[in-house]
Amino acid sequence: MLFTIGFAGVMLRRNIIIILMALELMLNAANLSLVAFSRFQVNPSGVPGYNAQVFVFFIITVAAAEVAVGLAIVVALFRLRQTTHVEDITALKF
Amino acid sequence: MSSFFFWVFALMMLIFGAAVVINRNPVASALSLVVSFLGLAGLFLSLDAYFIGIIQILVYAGAIMVLFLFIIMLLDLRAEKLRKINWIATAGGIAVALALLFQILSVIGRFPAAKQTFPPLPKPASDDVHQIGLLLFNAYNLPFQVVGVVILVATIGVIVLSRRETR
Repeated sequence: MLFTIGFAGVMLRRNIIIILMALELMLNAANLSLVAFSRFQVNPSGVPGYNAQVFVFFIITVAAAEVAVGLAIVVALFRLRQTTHVEDITALKF
Repeated sequence: MSSFFFWVFALMMLIFGAAVVINRNPVASALSLVVSFLGLAGLFLSLDAYFIGIIQILVYAGAIMVLFLFIIMLLDLRAEKLRKINWIATAGGIAVALALLFQILSVIGRFPAAKQTFPPLPKPASDDVHQIGLLLFNAYNLPFQVVGVVILVATIGVIVLSRRETR
């Protein structure tokens, strides 16, 4: 459900920053399902499987790096074009 | 009681997640993203993933949202003017999103384990930070190092991207 909202955000909005936020929503939806699966998989010793939680940790780290790079690209683009709308950035369109 | 908290956090997450997409003002959108992530962190805590829940609050609601708000202030974005909406693209986006939602729901409906509730966990011998740390440094040591390199590359890349040309 959260993934769908994020996906709709990527499809519908025309502002790059909002699109980045919607990407974060989708990553977090995946994280939520991973944590739920780790809660399903309970070992005989009574602890949940922590492999999925380690995976979520990696996803959060990579997402942080991705947001930093994405926002730096947005800042560079804004300096060049003074806009954050994807419809105004059509330099590669022929 | 636990079910009540689940519904509170899940509704908070979904409503504010929709508000992120619907709001016209980028600042309001970023703040609703914070609330949505807080609800998600509550869900993580109720799933007995305390470490992930705390990391979620620290990294997302703390660091990443400060980054978003800082960029929004830096670029001085106003609420978008209501420009001419491309109705075909909008309808297409909503249709694709609804198709995806229908598909996800049908997959979950076929998944038999989705209907059972979680049995309560027995008290674990050691806390989950201990367990995750052991796993991270024993079984997942190489990916951990690779993630460190990824962050280094991202840092250098951001510096290169945001440097002004001085020629």
